[in-house]
Amino acid sequence: MKRIVALILALMMVLSLAACGTTQPTEPTEPTEPSDAPEASATAFKIGGTGPLTGGAAIYGNAAKNGAQIAVDEINALGGDIQFELRYEDDVHDAEKAVNAYNTLKDWGMQISLGSVTTKPCEATSVENYADRIFALTPSASSPAVVANKDNVFQMCFTDPNQGSASAQYIADKGLATKVAVIWKNDDVYSKGIHDKFCEKAAELGIEVVSDTTFADGNDTDFSVQISDAQSNGAELVFLPIYYQPASLIFAQASTAGYAPKWFGVDGMDGILTMKGFDTALAEGVMLLTPFNADAEDERTAAFVAKYQEQFGEIPNQFAADGYDCIYAIYQAIQNAGLTADMSNEDICAALIEQFTTMTFDGLTGTGVTWNATGEVSKSPKGMVIENGAYVGLD
Amino acid sequence: MNMKLGKLGASETDKLRHMNSFGRKNAITYGFVIVVGAILMALNATGGLSSMMRGMLVPICAYVVMAISLNLTVGIMGELSLGHAGFMSVGAFTGTAAAISLQNLIPQAGLRLFIALLVGAIFGAIFGFLIGIPVLRLKGDYLAIVTLAFGEIIKSIFNNLFVGLDSRGFHFSLLSDKTNLEPDGKLIIGGPMGIGGIQKISTFLAGLILILVALFLVFHFINSRQGRAVMAIRDNRIAAESVGIPVFRYKMTAFTLSAAIAGAAGTLFAMNYSTIVANKFDFNTSILILVFVVLGGQGNLLGGIIAAAALTILPEALRQFSDYRMLVYAIVLILVMLATNNATFRDKLGKCGRKIKSIFGGKAREKEETANV
Repeated sequence: MKRIVALILALMMVLSLAACGTTQPTEPTEPTEPSDAPEASATAFKIGGTGPLTGGAAIYGNAAKNGAQIAVDEINALGGDIQFELRYEDDVHDAEKAVNAYNTLKDWGMQISLGSVTTKPCEATSVENYADRIFALTPSASSPAVVANKDNVFQMCFTDPNQGSASAQYIADKGLATKVAVIWKNDDVYSKGIHDKFCEKAAELGIEVVSDTTFADGNDTDFSVQISDAQSNGAELVFLPIYYQPASLIFAQASTAGYAPKWFGVDGMDGILTMKGFDTALAEGVMLLTPFNADAEDERTAAFVAKYQEQFGEIPNQFAADGYDCIYAIYQAIQNAGLTADMSNEDICAALIEQFTTMTFDGLTGTGVTWNATGEVSKSPKGMVIENGAYVGLD
Repeated sequence: MNMKLGKLGASETDKLRHMNSFGRKNAITYGFVIVVGAILMALNATGGLSSMMRGMLVPICAYVVMAISLNLTVGIMGELSLGHAGFMSVGAFTGTAAAISLQNLIPQAGLRLFIALLVGAIFGAIFGFLIGIPVLRLKGDYLAIVTLAFGEIIKSIFNNLFVGLDSRGFHFSLLSDKTNLEPDGKLIIGGPMGIGGIQKISTFLAGLILILVALFLVFHFINSRQGRAVMAIRDNRIAAESVGIPVFRYKMTAFTLSAAIAGAAGTLFAMNYSTIVANKFDFNTSILILVFVVLGGQGNLLGGIIAAAALTILPEALRQFSDYRMLVYAIVLILVMLATNNATFRDKLGKCGRKIKSIFGGKAREKEETANV
């Protein structure tokens, strides 16, 4: 009996040490915050968000969180009247867990929400946002259902259908291909949203979809059927409206099959270069449509990329930039409206809705960004290509 | 027949004693659910619960009902089901679709929820019956594999099913949206998008009532002639067959009941969220429910209820461990398993239980005596 108790105690100690040891490097604000804690807590806006920090979609959640954290640190370092306190909770890309995480944040006293990082969880939490009157600006949940009928939920990224039509438009405008194959995930809202609109737009623009194949959760490891279908139908370009994980397998298996078409992805492809154990040579020449280009030479992007690399040791993807922009957009709106941190979430919500529907925002993911009353964003996507293991702007 | 009656007569006193101990156990389970439910409701009404707990009340109820349902299959019937989330999925989709279709016809949320739960249970039962026809003829590993496949098939079907409703009635299509709805129509099930825009009408009270109904059904089943036959089959199938128990028929009854309860649980769960997708009810969910049952003790309904509630709250309560959350969760699971299987620990627990029992039992006897006087 004593041995068991000792074992449990030892385990708990190891864990608590481990927990302490790692929170410091990932959350660099922690050491500085306690020093001016009484002051900060009185004037800091509490911003909360949920996202997949663990599990299959963790790259997105962590990127958005890290990007937002950099923006919060920058704003707090300015020492102005507006201070932020950011907290992210893990939702494992699951609607049920996302609602739990949202409620945890509500208990913490969240005044402004960053919604959820991925689409389906955000659909669930945005309803809670609407009911609780907590303003939400999601960095990357892209389905129209996220913002539909909710006056206080806004998006920082394009909606899925917009990505589909923009991709088709881009392929047609640049004359990339006339025969196109699409491999998509038919049990995923994101993938389906883009695919449907892409096919519709492609037909309009005279692009022929010669092969249209699907996969689903559970059979997402073998793509030989889909690849050979695209190959035998003579597709010059394969459009992949999917996340990077299956895409990485498709690249590897197509390379083994000796099939080398042009590859075209959307923002879900972003993150493939930082994926562990992936041979970036396979992604050489992959084109993708994303609003953010880490190679852009403007001052703000360069500073952000440098800071991100220094703190997290990798090149930021679009999700990180979206997270960063979310915080700055909220910052701008708060400044414009003259809000203070002691206001209730209802008052903040009403003021921010007014600001977001009228203001114009310049960020890393686009300039002259505006929002319509539904909450959808209007900005122009940038074409990118992967060259020598890095994103390079196509234009 | 005569022989059977004679046997019953001979052991009548024995049976009565058995029934009494059984009845007491049932009463403890009912009492526990009612008391804990009442405390939580009082706390909820006075605002003593955090948002996190408030948000989890209904899912906990749904998981508790799932644990009761699976306990009937695993604990009482002794068959391993690895696809129980499939029945939950059936209930979630059919029940929610019914609630959405009836939104304009029945404005009262309570009545609509009741009908939705009923629809979920009926569809769960239908699927349980259909699945049972081939599956319950199988034994051991085969049953586990077929139920596993069933769970995946259901997931796949709902991921590709489109159901729309407009003035001309219901429209169904598979693989792609070919429902061609009229402008006033509404797409209820949208394939991979699942069901969106659900009105959240599940309440904690409804969940509590569902738990009690499920308990009532299962306890009655166990105590019935059919239930005893099912347990006889579990303990020794060959012996049961040799005395003329129709194995397949009795198993079918138990399995269908289990599926119906799971269907209702699925509806309750789905109506607590604004959106539901088929992928939620995957293999992991099936295993999670199985863990509730195994941890609580197979055939022990109260244990299953406590395990379901505890294991639903645990990952949320461990949020302060951030990245190490699931690691801690796993360690706690292992420790609980070790502790409950530890002889000294069980011994102590048993002593505690007997002490409590003697206190309550003593009181009950006193009451009886005073009543007699």
